[in-house]
Amino acid sequence: MATKIKIKVKAKEKKGIVKAKLLVKHPMESGMRKDKAGQLIPIHHLKEVKVDYKGETVFHGEFGTGVSKDPFVAFAFKGTAGDKFTVDAVDSKGNTGNVEVKIK
Amino acid sequence: MNLSRRKFFINFGKGAGYLALVASLPQMAWAKWNQKAFTATNLDAAIKAKYGELPIVDSKEVNLKAPAIAENGAVVPVKVKSSLADVKSISLFVKDNPSPLTTTLNLGKNSLADIQIRIRMGKTSEVIAIVESGGKLHRASQQVKVTIGGCGG
Repeated sequence: MATKIKIKVKAKEKKGIVKAKLLVKHPMESGMRKDKAGQLIPIHHLKEVKVDYKGETVFHGEFGTGVSKDPFVAFAFKGTAGDKFTVDAVDSKGNTGNVEVKIK
Repeated sequence: MNLSRRKFFINFGKGAGYLALVASLPQMAWAKWNQKAFTATNLDAAIKAKYGELPIVDSKEVNLKAPAIAENGAVVPVKVKSSLADVKSISLFVKDNPSPLTTTLNLGKNSLADIQIRIRMGKTSEVIAIVESGGKLHRASQQVKVTIGGCGG
């Protein structure tokens, strides 16, 4: 059963520019680490994060295994306070997560 | 009896509403994750798989900020800013990683080329930021020293 990806977002508007900080809770297994028994831990990483604002994609991140555990991303776009945007995420096992955020 | 009947209908309504919402969600249109670029094992192949034959120029308009020495290779904060207009995407490559392409961040026309991300580095290497703008690739790079374990070795 697919589990939901947890996403935390903070967005603040200043002079028409929204600065958003995004933190996704994810193990980001690269497929190269070994557990205590010497077995490879299977690859499991975040693949894509998409941010939509007013029907338009303002940010679309493709992640490989070279992104740190619990990925943190900051980005900026033009927007106004009080508006909402959505964040969708999908990982290599097909788990998804989404969250709606209000711009402060 | 009345009350529980009412409760039942309220719950039923909620459930039905939720189901309708789930069913009506459009299939999320994910852009195709570039398998080839992400699994390429050397830098040139990764860039080629990602961007094809687009010309690469070193640019001062790409501002890459990474620590000169990263104690923990598992978490290396990197910032990329660019004054270029119409930035389509920003990719980060780590030259000596098992798979050099770490991430591609695609931007829309209302986005600003100002991003920050934490990446993983296996060992001391060059970090390369490539900004796609106006059919060209603009490159900036920086050497980052990694002391694994953070014990100053």
